[in-house]
Amino acid sequence: MVAKKRIGNVWVFIEQDGGRIAEVSLELLSRARELADQLGVETAGVLLGDRCDGLPQQLFEYGCDTVFLAQDPRLDPFTPLPYAKVIVDLVEAHRPNIFLFGATPVGRSLAPRVASCLLAGLTADCTDLRIDDFEDKASGTVFKNKLMQIRPAFGGNIIATIANSWQDPQMVTVREGVMPMPEPEAGRTGKVVKVPVELRDEDTVARIVERSKAEKAVNLRAAQIIVSGGYGVGSAENFGLIREFAEVIGADVGASRAAVDAGWIDHDHQVGQTGVTVRPRLYIACGISGAVQHRAGMSESAEILAINRDPDAPIFSIAHYGIVGDLNEVIPKMIKAYRSRV
Amino acid sequence: MSLTILVFVKQVPDTKNITGEAMKADGTVNRAALPAIFNPEDLNALEMALELRERYGGMVAVGTMGPPTATAVLRHALYMGADQAFLLTDRKFAGADTLATSYTLAAGARKFAAEIAPFDLVFCGRQAIDGDTAQVGPQLAEKLALPQLTYVEEIQEVTAGRLRARCLIEGGYEIIECPAPSLLTVVSTANTPRPPGARRLMQFKKARTRSELAAAHRDRAYEEADLLIEEERRLRDKGLWIHEWHAEDLDVEPDRIGMAGSPTKVKAIESVVLAGREYKQFGTDQASINQLVHELIEAHILS
Ligand SMILES: Cc1cc2nc3c(=O)[nH]c(=O)nc-3n(C[C@H](O)[C@H](O)[C@H](O)COP(=O)(O)OP(=O)(O)OC[C@H]3O[C@@H](n4cnc5c(N)ncnc54)[C@H](O)[C@@H]3O)c2cc1C
Repeated sequence: MVAKKRIGNVWVFIEQDGGRIAEVSLELLSRARELADQLGVETAGVLLGDRCDGLPQQLFEYGCDTVFLAQDPRLDPFTPLPYAKVIVDLVEAHRPNIFLFGATPVGRSLAPRVASCLLAGLTADCTDLRIDDFEDKASGTVFKNKLMQIRPAFGGNIIATIANSWQDPQMVTVREGVMPMPEPEAGRTGKVVKVPVELRDEDTVARIVERSKAEKAVNLRAAQIIVSGGYGVGSAENFGLIREFAEVIGADVGASRAAVDAGWIDHDHQVGQTGVTVRPRLYIACGISGAVQHRAGMSESAEILAINRDPDAPIFSIAHYGIVGDLNEVIPKMIKAYRSRV
Repeated sequence: MSLTILVFVKQVPDTKNITGEAMKADGTVNRAALPAIFNPEDLNALEMALELRERYGGMVAVGTMGPPTATAVLRHALYMGADQAFLLTDRKFAGADTLATSYTLAAGARKFAAEIAPFDLVFCGRQAIDGDTAQVGPQLAEKLALPQLTYVEEIQEVTAGRLRARCLIEGGYEIIECPAPSLLTVVSTANTPRPPGARRLMQFKKARTRSELAAAHRDRAYEEADLLIEEERRLRDKGLWIHEWHAEDLDVEPDRIGMAGSPTKVKAIESVVLAGREYKQFGTDQASINQLVHELIEAHILS
């Protein structure tokens, strides 16, 4: 093993599209800040695109010490090959200790390509990150202050802690909404480092001929209260009851995959492993059994109220409040109770 | 025009139907207790390859890395319509993370290209349900120095050395043109994989790897080596030969495969046991529900 001469910094890949920074990148910056403070190093954001001069200031306010800024028309919009080339060059020049990516389609396409080229370890979909020592049992080597990469595996049935035993960087992707969104610190400043963009012909072979991207109409991730309906709601018409309940108490509407698959509501509302991860103040699960893939997206909610007629439904094992009963009877009474609150 | 398409597939434990028995007391997963299945999105990748072959002609080959039992998914691919299959199997491959896996698959792809046919496209499923990482596709593309298209839903056209595909992005899609050869990862919404063909099933259930052949003849009395060579020739002639390649058959460095070639190490594993938290239960009568709503408001959970 190579003896470490110095500890590198903590980097975050900053995902942007049309000059808008992805929320997950900002979420990652706050965790990067904590990790860097613990290691006594700095944080850097890696920002690629075109006409992004206005973005670094925002990144400083979210905890970046340095922004590496690479601008070129060929870097807008994202395609994996030119991004990978610029980032690999940058990593080789600066050798960060830790490099975080959002587990978005972009991050999940880019990070593996970069990691493969650098021969760096990469762990997907981490839900928690910590600094700790690690002993590689095979070689007996003890590594100080490594990144513990914590992720669910086997469809969420186990939680694994992974560590990287090779040279830095230690790379991970993290899902959106898993790390809390930090408060920006107005006026905080940092340093912009302009990065030369040196692309080879083979990096620019793919061409986007058409692109259609809609802004997400619903943003459940920011919701404070969510009323979620599952297969137990029974029908598309009856989903109106969920919507009414949500409207009355000022909540957003969520759903399980079974309800989405049944066509009662749009996929944008799906909570869980293949939907959004939410962490509201209150999550009300109505007619949702609480399958592991659903729990993966909502178990971090501050308070959970489950309404289900099956007392053994797994949702109750993560609930703080529960009503065992028929939602068609319970929800109208909830609405009535709320309307007549004092 | 005719296309040679290489499809990488994986046998995975069926994590959808995981039950209590599948967890061991120490919190690790008892893979043996889980049924092994064809990774779902790899079926979509194979289906896409078969449809392209039907459109443009050519050949579809499937490859996998895994224990000898993973031959089951190769045979299934043959039932669906694949023309060739190869198994990368060796104890030395065990414990591979995605980096070591993609390195090994790349070596398999190169051997296939050198000895059987150069390929025009490489397909993978977007991700495997046992790890959900979606990393092996892009890493394999890098190892083979190919362009990559991820989240592919449709291939619109392949023309001499170029292809156009529809790829999903967040909130929409992109139509991308890129040169072939290239590597594509395919999503589940791309198509509905065909069931195995009945006639092909009868035919290809006799397809064998070298180890399977040797095992079947272990107790024969006659001169084994000659018999095996002859049997192998017979199976090859009938297209029933599943190539089996070990570490020594591939151009691989020993410290780049299996556990040794894997930078990521598992430090600890815990099973997710639902603690069975005590929750506060309320009745379904109006008075109880009033009480619940009152408590939520008092605690500033509802406003
Ligand atoms: C790879 C993969 C990814 C997945 N991703 C997700 C995901 O992101 N999100 C997700 O939610 N699921 C996901 N799933 C599906 C998940 O496994 C479950 O199938 C799904 O969450 C079940 O939804 P449900 O709880 O609404 O339905 P069910 O499991 O059918 O539960 C319905 C519940 O309603 C109750 N009920 C019925 N009638 C009433 C009534 N009148 N009053 C009160 N209660 C009633 C029943 O007791 C039951 O508990 C995924 C699965 C896989 C394999």
